[in-house]
Amino acid sequence: MDVAIEVKDLVVVRGRKEVLHGISTSVPAGMVTGLLGPSGSGKTTLMRAIVGVQKVRSGTVTVLGQPAGTADLRRRIGYQTQAPSIYADLTIRENARYFASLYPGVTRADANQAIVDVGLADAADQLVHSLSGGQFSRASLACALLGKPDLLVLDEPTVGLDPVLREDLWMKFRALAAAGTTLVVSSHVMDEAGRCDRLVLIREGRIIADDSTSAVRETAGTHDLEEAFLRLIKAQSPVEVG
Amino acid sequence: MSARILLSTAARILTQLRHDKRTIGLIVMVPLVLLTLVYYLFEKQPFIFNRIGLILLGLFPFVIMFLITSIAMLRERTSGTLERLLTTPLHKPDLLFGYGLAFSLLAAVQAGVATALAYWAFDLTTRGSISLVILFAVADAILGMALGLFFSAFARSEFQAVQFLPAVVFPQLFLCGLFAPREQMASWMHALSNAMPLTYAVQGLQEIGGNVDPTGLMWRDLTIVAGCAVLALSLAAVTLRRRTD
Repeated sequence: MDVAIEVKDLVVVRGRKEVLHGISTSVPAGMVTGLLGPSGSGKTTLMRAIVGVQKVRSGTVTVLGQPAGTADLRRRIGYQTQAPSIYADLTIRENARYFASLYPGVTRADANQAIVDVGLADAADQLVHSLSGGQFSRASLACALLGKPDLLVLDEPTVGLDPVLREDLWMKFRALAAAGTTLVVSSHVMDEAGRCDRLVLIREGRIIADDSTSAVRETAGTHDLEEAFLRLIKAQSPVEVG
Repeated sequence: MSARILLSTAARILTQLRHDKRTIGLIVMVPLVLLTLVYYLFEKQPFIFNRIGLILLGLFPFVIMFLITSIAMLRERTSGTLERLLTTPLHKPDLLFGYGLAFSLLAAVQAGVATALAYWAFDLTTRGSISLVILFAVADAILGMALGLFFSAFARSEFQAVQFLPAVVFPQLFLCGLFAPREQMASWMHALSNAMPLTYAVQGLQEIGGNVDPTGLMWRDLTIVAGCAVLALSLAAVTLRRRTD
């Protein structure tokens, strides 16, 4: 099994607060790894460290065999931030074409395809600030899919989407993984956890579960992942929850 | 640096402006209204308009480009697009010079229209050529833009960003020779004025006003203005950090 991301003893301090307390994990290539945990648990910080925009206090993050943040990696990673980060005063198509132009070998046709992939073909020529919240975040996702990246880091990509679109996007993620792309997808809704190959559960800056989805269910002794996580949390800190 | 990314970034910035017709209208129209006001203010003393009108042709692009660039860059930071851009193969100079190119084109349009009004409607006369006046106006715009890019790094909000206009631009306006001739300033103020890039922008325009052929001093002034712009852009590049807290 190829390893796409190797995190070792990662400590991140934001402001005066230590957000990640020396976590280690390893993300296999060509799979969908779900990063789950309540909001404020450190998911976004870990993702920022993986794409190389987060200052780290100590520890190492190795991505596709190179230290995170290496210039060469920027061609190979697609990143969707949690808050949609595209230009509100451009149309979806103009945004997609601009981000496409930043990657060598990515064409205008690829930009149009990415818009179709996220189900925005009909709104392609609408200005982004006139879109609904769900459309806005899908437009942002389209721009992350553009560079035919080897690694896709998606921070809560399905928030605010209707169930049909969510289903479509997860089919898309599965198809990308089947074609060899490594995906790291964060979510705070447990019903999405079941769609991942592997799960990393973060709580208060520490990893409390890191295994294949089936193994997490087995360890916790329940098929329901929400319940499984509750049991894992209780097992870790009986006093706090008890 | 990549020419392809730089050009597509400049095109993207111009497309954003194209969707914002009111801003383009303001950028082109406001200098015309102000020039008209100043012209009628000194209607009986055309020699004064001749002096001030010429300087204003260089000041409008400087002030306006400073303001719109600092807001535009601040928006890149606060909307998350800057962070996203820095995870792509884009190089920092692609972004900074992309802004430079886009806003220079805009400044050229603005300066061209304002200069045309001043010369043909209000009989502004200079001994030197109109094209040199426009060249200086564009150089001033680039200087304003470069300073705007740099100072936007120190603003967390639009409220803070607009404060840099009085903080950074007004002292240069006061001491550049527009309100009082530099020769009459106290020596410490004169020294202060020597340290401000806008001084050379104004002096260069005055050289064009008073001399038929471009003077050595004018070329030196242009070099200083361009040099300060490059310096400010380099400092701005340092403020663009890929890794943040």
